[in-house]
Amino acid sequence: MHELGIMESAIEAVLAQARGHDATQVHQVVLRIGALSGVEPEALRLAFDAVVKDTPAAGADLEIETVPARGRCPNCDLEFAVDTDFVFTCPRCRRVSGELVQGRELEVARIQVS
Amino acid sequence: MNAPPAPPAGPAVRTLEIRQSLLEGNDRQAAQNRRLFRDLGVVALNLVSSPGSGKTSLLERTLTEFGATTPCAAIVGDLETDNDARRLRRSTAPVVQITTGSACHLDAGMVSRAAGRLQLAGRRLLFIENVGNLVCPASFDLGEKLRVVLLSAAEGEDKPLKYPPIFKSADVVLLTKMDVAEVLGFDSNAAEENVRRIAPQARVIRLSSRTGDGIALWYELLRGLLRRE
Repeated sequence: MHELGIMESAIEAVLAQARGHDATQVHQVVLRIGALSGVEPEALRLAFDAVVKDTPAAGADLEIETVPARGRCPNCDLEFAVDTDFVFTCPRCRRVSGELVQGRELEVARIQVS
Repeated sequence: MNAPPAPPAGPAVRTLEIRQSLLEGNDRQAAQNRRLFRDLGVVALNLVSSPGSGKTSLLERTLTEFGATTPCAAIVGDLETDNDARRLRRSTAPVVQITTGSACHLDAGMVSRAAGRLQLAGRRLLFIENVGNLVCPASFDLGEKLRVVLLSAAEGEDKPLKYPPIFKSADVVLLTKMDVAEVLGFDSNAAEENVRRIAPQARVIRLSSRTGDGIALWYELLRGLLRRE
């Protein structure tokens, strides 16, 4: 359960941005979470409710955008979407690749403030 | 759950594009650790596995045997107790224990503070034994050169398929406790095949820290790392 710590840093970043833009209320937080980030969206939601208490982000809406995994074939250089089983098989030459081009994202994408 | 406050009408509500990584702080510290290790000529390895997969047993043997000719050091992470550090201190290598309390993984800051308590100058290898957990350590770069994931014969052959993020990030996968694989009905070939499907980039070594079978391959890998430095 490391989602709490990750959400704490997310809210820290959100509140710093809000302050920097002279906002007093955060209405929405949008996170981008990669399918291979090792983070559980449901646990993030629980953590969110806990960490926004008594902050300008209290009551804000949390949106989580999932970023699907994408691999690259070391053999033919093709970039391809990866199934939920996370076996990176190149659809063109059937080679199994270890190269990840997308899917580890763990970031605050944007926020809505006033 | 509180209902979200309705955004006030009018242009006061703004959208701010942020695109900020939540691991930025950790990644910055990890980069700093990496520079420190490089400047000191130390190769750091991050050992990750479920609890009970044999990280400490492997380190006990490695620090005693490999450490007899190559100066090593170790940082060990656990939620509580310094039992692992006490086990490892039977060797001559300096060992620092991190007790994380409730944290389920080591982060780069903890490693930096622990490294500060070790005399790293003159050491060639630093083993960082992560908290036993196959999920959370996947996200946290510690500044290591090599990530080593252990999978023991007491676990299922399909662990790599069940925990893809950590296996995906492995440079090396060690299949451990091979001495009891047969009695446990552990199919090592199937396990290795599953590792290759998730982590084709990883070097796979089968070994037993108890009998020493395969341990020479592990030491050969460590020697190769030092030669490349």
